[in-house]
Amino acid sequence: MRGGGIFYAGAVAILIAGYAAAASGINDYYFYAAYIVLQYVVIATAWNILGGYAGYVNFGSAGFYAVGAYTAAILYQLVKPPLVVMILGGGIAAGVIGLAAGYLTLRVKGVYFAIATLALAVVLETIVANWDYVGGTRGTYVLRPHHAFGFVNYPRALFFAMLVLAIGSVVLARVIERSKLGRGLAAIRDDEQAAESSGVPTLRLKLFAATLSGALMGVAGAPFPYYVSHLEPGSAFSLAIAVNAIAMPMIGGATSWVGPVIGALLLGGAQQIATVTISSILNLLIVGLLLIGFVIFAPDGLVGLFRKLRR
Amino acid sequence: MSEPLLRIENLTKRFGGFIALDGVSLHVAEGERLGVIGPNGAGKSTLTNCITGLLRPEGGSVHFAGSDVTALPAHARARLGLARSFQLPRPFHSMTLAENLAIPRDYAARHDPPDPRELLTRLGLGAKADALPRSLTQIELRKLELARALAAQPRLLICDEAMAGLSHSEVDDMLGVLLVLNDSGIAILMIEHIMRAVMRFSQRIVVLDAGRKIAEGAPADILRDKEVERAYLGA
Amino acid sequence: MLDLLANAIVTGLLLGGFYAAVTIGLSIAFGFLDIVNIAHPGFVLLGAFAAWVLNATWGIDPILAGLMLTPLFFAGGAAIFRVYHVSFERRGAAGLRGLAFFFGVLFLTEVALILLFGADYRAVNLPYLETMIGLGPVAVPLRLLLPFAVSLVMFAALQLAFDRTFLGRAIKAVAQDPVALRLMAADPVRIKEIAFGIGIATASVAGALLVTIAPVDPSMGRDYIGRVFAIAVLGGLGSLTGTLLAAIALGVAESVTSTLYGPSWSPAVAFGALLIALVLRPSGLLGR
Repeated sequence: MRGGGIFYAGAVAILIAGYAAAASGINDYYFYAAYIVLQYVVIATAWNILGGYAGYVNFGSAGFYAVGAYTAAILYQLVKPPLVVMILGGGIAAGVIGLAAGYLTLRVKGVYFAIATLALAVVLETIVANWDYVGGTRGTYVLRPHHAFGFVNYPRALFFAMLVLAIGSVVLARVIERSKLGRGLAAIRDDEQAAESSGVPTLRLKLFAATLSGALMGVAGAPFPYYVSHLEPGSAFSLAIAVNAIAMPMIGGATSWVGPVIGALLLGGAQQIATVTISSILNLLIVGLLLIGFVIFAPDGLVGLFRKLRR
Repeated sequence: MSEPLLRIENLTKRFGGFIALDGVSLHVAEGERLGVIGPNGAGKSTLTNCITGLLRPEGGSVHFAGSDVTALPAHARARLGLARSFQLPRPFHSMTLAENLAIPRDYAARHDPPDPRELLTRLGLGAKADALPRSLTQIELRKLELARALAAQPRLLICDEAMAGLSHSEVDDMLGVLLVLNDSGIAILMIEHIMRAVMRFSQRIVVLDAGRKIAEGAPADILRDKEVERAYLGA
Repeated sequence: MLDLLANAIVTGLLLGGFYAAVTIGLSIAFGFLDIVNIAHPGFVLLGAFAAWVLNATWGIDPILAGLMLTPLFFAGGAAIFRVYHVSFERRGAAGLRGLAFFFGVLFLTEVALILLFGADYRAVNLPYLETMIGLGPVAVPLRLLLPFAVSLVMFAALQLAFDRTFLGRAIKAVAQDPVALRLMAADPVRIKEIAFGIGIATASVAGALLVTIAPVDPSMGRDYIGRVFAIAVLGGLGSLTGTLLAAIALGVAESVTSTLYGPSWSPAVAFGALLIALVLRPSGLLGR
């Protein structure tokens, strides 16, 4: 679908609609909920750049997200910088971790990268829980600024900021997918040795994808301290992020930018609605079952199912 | 004598205690047709993987196009003009045939790369340019392997048992294609089991057995060589 | 100081023996079957809680409970292998999807345990476990010594089974030469199923040992991921002696670090070991 014009027009339209909504009289609660769903759009898209495009699974997404959140919190404690700086800082920190993890593990079989990310998340959580400067297990407080970029209150500003980030990350994913880089990643996913023999610098591309993926997850986490005001390891390294980061792109469909968006909107939206009625742990159980179900029966996700139905 | 296009000196490859290649040396001149034969387990595929860079040898060197590429990763050697087809076709299954060829064109070809569709048509796959590999027959997959290797604009093409399992006429078909390619200046290193094909095709033949080179020369001489007879038929 | 260190080393040794029991199931799956079962620590946790339930409800000794439950865990393991084999192996898609599948299973074990037991710690209350046994200059509680002994016995039993029985040799062969296995009238898939089942059965015992040593909570599975993979890779996939030695080495390293810097840094030691393992045993693009 070469609908470049339609895509960008749609993105701009969504941006305008979001701004209008934030300026309107809609109840604050919806912006809190929408923030979480939009955050998942970023996380799912980020995961997919390495997982769906290149075929390398990251099980430690919560760790990268938390690195973004805690970097922002540390910057806040140091210099109270503007939100943009916190987002950049979170992204860079998480990106560096992604690069380091990739550099150490991407030269051997893909499965070792997956294992390392899982162990990495545990280690990061251990470090944060033991670090007094960020409050250890008790956490740290981050006070929202008074000015809200012209919005009625700060949560609405955060919602709009996350909307911008969500659209930005999806645009980035789509651009990559259609570029020479994206084709190279797909070749790596399909057959890494054949790709290498065809001239694709597989290690370099994998490192790039790992760095970018990690950085975007950090970007998603950076505004989180402002969102919750009280940042502690349990919510930053949450189980929900750990499973949703994988479930959303895989249920949505991992081969294109569309899948993570659909997965995040559907699953994220459903979970926001469900948390009112069922316990959060039961919620996660359902997501886990859905993940396994889709992986077994519909490995190409909803996008894949849709394509099959059309034939 | 001018520097050959490919020069391998004393290549040694071990897998644990097993010696797959034991001091193998050979060379391929610009535009030459070299055949490599040998009984099963002789080390032919290992040799290919060491030449192309998917495996690192324990000893020896590989020189290509005038440079020492022994330490270069496989993708860098591809960019220098070293291409190979795989014994079992390994297409990028999520991409169409044209997209498959776009990968080496984008990443390996150096200047004025051939148009993928034109390349596919030359090999008889033009009609399926927008199809996925899973809809291809066995010989079509073999041709796709060749086409993808060619899309990289190689100076040397290594064909790893490209004709295994093909019928008599299909073998002739492939030979014809390869001869035409060689005419255009591409050196070809053919690893094969099908004697008829190798004998007709090669200007020179190297024989491997148990990781060692046991004979080298013109096809007619190889046929008469006692060592070769012993290797294939036993003492 | 020296006393403290001696104590730490002995404790580490005993702990290491236990870590080996936790790891062996994964080593079998990864080493013989090429199945990256990252959910294995989850099964160990299930075993731990199952043993706890049997102990809390009927007063059964946890280690006994763990042994009693091995047939159940074996059957569960065989069933999971069947699902895995039909869904992924046969379709040749074992990579990304297989990993995601086992991640889902690991996740589900943790969530299921939280649903059933809540997020708090559960412990067994057996005074005899606190009996101190003197080992030279150091005294260790039975709570650590018994699991170590049981683990060694289990290893010895597995070693015998793999070396002396047809089934055991078939398991060792199935990864290397499934065709030869068929010629010997053994079905490779069935052999793999049994092997995987045995691996999960060890989780039942390992879980019982876990709850004997210390209180358990549902999130502990994730803490063990780094440990078991570090041990499995360093010890050599599928090697019983290797696993034992690597596990003891890690146990000692953790124990000494814990004594010097505090216990909360243990996951970092395991992760460091994992990184070392990956550096020392690079597989490259082609090899394993």
